[in-house]
Amino acid sequence: MNPVQHPFTARKNRSRALEKLTFWLFRLATYLVLACGFFVFGNIFIKGAGTVFKKSFPFVNTVFLTEAPESLYVFTYQGTKMELGDRDYRAFRAAEEARAKAAGQPVPQFNAESYVYSAGGIFPCIVGTVLLVVGSMAIALVLGVCAAIYLNEYARDGRFIRFVRLSILNLAGVPSIVFGLFGFGLFVLFAPRLGVAPDPEKWHFRLWPLHQYVNFVGWGVSLISGWFTLAFMVLPVIITASEEALKSVPRGFREGSLALGATKWQTIRKNVLPYALPGILTSSILGIARVAGETAPIMFTAAFVVRDKLPWEGLDHWTDFFFQGVMALPYHIYVVSSKIPQNEYTARVQYGTAFVFLFLVAVIALASILLRNRLRKRYQW
Amino acid sequence: MVTAPTSAAPMENTAAPSTLTIKVPGAPAADPGVASTLIEISDLDFYYGAKQALFDVNLRLDEKRVTAFIGPSGCGKSTLLRCLNRMNDLIDGTAIRRGAIKVRGIDIYGADVDPIELRKRVGMVFQKSNPFPKSIYENITYGLRIQGVRSKTRLDEVVERSLRGAALWDEVKDRLHESGLGLSGGQQQRLCIARTIAVEPEIILMDEPCSALDPIATAKVEELIHALKKQFTIIIVTHSMQQAARCSDKTAFFYMGKLIEYADTSTIFMNPANPQTEAYVSGRFG
Ligand SMILES: Nc1ncnc2c1ncn2[C@@H]1O[C@H](COP(=O)(O)OP(=O)(O)OP(=O)(O)O)[C@@H](O)[C@H]1O
Ligand SMILES: [Mg+2]
Repeated sequence: MNPVQHPFTARKNRSRALEKLTFWLFRLATYLVLACGFFVFGNIFIKGAGTVFKKSFPFVNTVFLTEAPESLYVFTYQGTKMELGDRDYRAFRAAEEARAKAAGQPVPQFNAESYVYSAGGIFPCIVGTVLLVVGSMAIALVLGVCAAIYLNEYARDGRFIRFVRLSILNLAGVPSIVFGLFGFGLFVLFAPRLGVAPDPEKWHFRLWPLHQYVNFVGWGVSLISGWFTLAFMVLPVIITASEEALKSVPRGFREGSLALGATKWQTIRKNVLPYALPGILTSSILGIARVAGETAPIMFTAAFVVRDKLPWEGLDHWTDFFFQGVMALPYHIYVVSSKIPQNEYTARVQYGTAFVFLFLVAVIALASILLRNRLRKRYQW
Repeated sequence: MVTAPTSAAPMENTAAPSTLTIKVPGAPAADPGVASTLIEISDLDFYYGAKQALFDVNLRLDEKRVTAFIGPSGCGKSTLLRCLNRMNDLIDGTAIRRGAIKVRGIDIYGADVDPIELRKRVGMVFQKSNPFPKSIYENITYGLRIQGVRSKTRLDEVVERSLRGAALWDEVKDRLHESGLGLSGGQQQRLCIARTIAVEPEIILMDEPCSALDPIATAKVEELIHALKKQFTIIIVTHSMQQAARCSDKTAFFYMGKLIEYADTSTIFMNPANPQTEAYVSGRFG
């Protein structure tokens, strides 16, 4: 025992014990979150890597990454268990039957079990998701930045503007399925199209006197419907973040520019927006993950369960590109998960798709981060 | 009263031309003896929303002279200064409820006046130097580019002339394409002055241009003000009595939004008529 007592001698009491306890509680909570994250990512990574990579050259499962999904046929033939994709299975069967016929043998029985989408790859889904992300982010950024400029630079604070801000905040809390149904109602069924004849069997909204040119026939389940639906979903995030970024540009830049005889718009374009852009991009990166990952907004507006043609194949007219549905990674995971029976074959596809999805989001986010950093370097302040 | 020297045309509002500068050939250049009135502020009441910031200000500012605004903090010096190039328009709820400001006889709050055009003629240097995060060259040419000037030779020429005018040329001529933010505080402020004179205004408003500078940088800016008044009409807000005494020809003392006294600088500092002015310049309050 140390006999020397001074005013700062450590004492054991309740508040010290409590201090230690709370510290450990907070620490444990953090570790728990971390552990969950590790478990989820680790699980997808380990199991997904089995689908995406191969042990032999070229080490990547090119079929999975570059082909469309097919049904998988599993059967036992002459004592060996075989797993073949749809096309291979048909070819194999035809060849065997022809061989048996030529040899005068009885027609062979296959008794194959089939599993939908468990063979082939997910290339159309990758393409679809990339298209959906790029298009919807472009729309959301343009609309969001314009709205933020209006709110932050032009609008005078008043009851109306406060109402607008409140609405934007509320919009951020709307569940994504509601956005999906909204998009279905507005874009898929209602939106106007140029030069498309209305269906005489159905009632269409008519905008007199433009009804000869514009018909409210809807955009159908299409890329463009998905773009707008997803864009509306992330708009609140983008608007709020863009406003923050605009606010952080010093007043001096604006005043200095205006005092030199620049108009407000010239000031914003040359001396405010460039400096706000890195901040706007930073926050948009979060939007990318959301847009790429949501299933509910696209399941009624843009996603097809299966589509054989790639988006650029077989277009009659270039505008048809926008009015076609696409496959998408999150929707594919959902579709495969809802097939019965579930087994090792479907699980393989799901893990592989999830892995590719995470990888893709990471790549898109990384690209935006690099772009952001370049802009930041260019417009340093 | 000496008004703007344009022939017989009456310079009151009536035939107000849309641009403010009318370079009259043969107009008397800054004759050291007589100064003509350039800016005329009459009966000005200014409000921030419901709060009145300026009360019945009457002031005539001379052309090609330096006028200093002094007074304790919050007395409305900046407010008046920002009225002169309509920077207050940018603040919601501001209004001139009474009175007028005329530059060369033209009411600058008149319906036919474009504040953008006005600000090209009435430049401003701010308290906190605000170079744009662009190169020195781009800082200087910003105003001209906005006006649509594209000619490289013209821009080069203006950059050199403005930087020389702001006594900065020798210090930065080898780094014109480096960021303006890399300069020292005093250099930054002179860069802002150079940027202002690049668009060739008639009037330069300076709101405490030296308050963030050390004594040596301050001396340089003061020297510069001396040189600039040959070409420009300068109005400077300052908290430093010495600075007002050193650079200005006339001084206006404000207190609580009112103009208390306006006279030659020497009179204000040596022989003020008003006891409040006397108390302020001798450092007894403020
Ligand atoms: N944007 C504003 N909104 C409302 N009131 C303001 C605003 N700017 C200034 N004021 C008020 O107007 C009065 C004059 O302010 P001003 O900035 O002109 O003072 P100043 O003389 O420049 O002071 P300082 O020497 O501290 O810069 C002050 O009472 C101030 O509170
Ligand atoms: Mg001030």
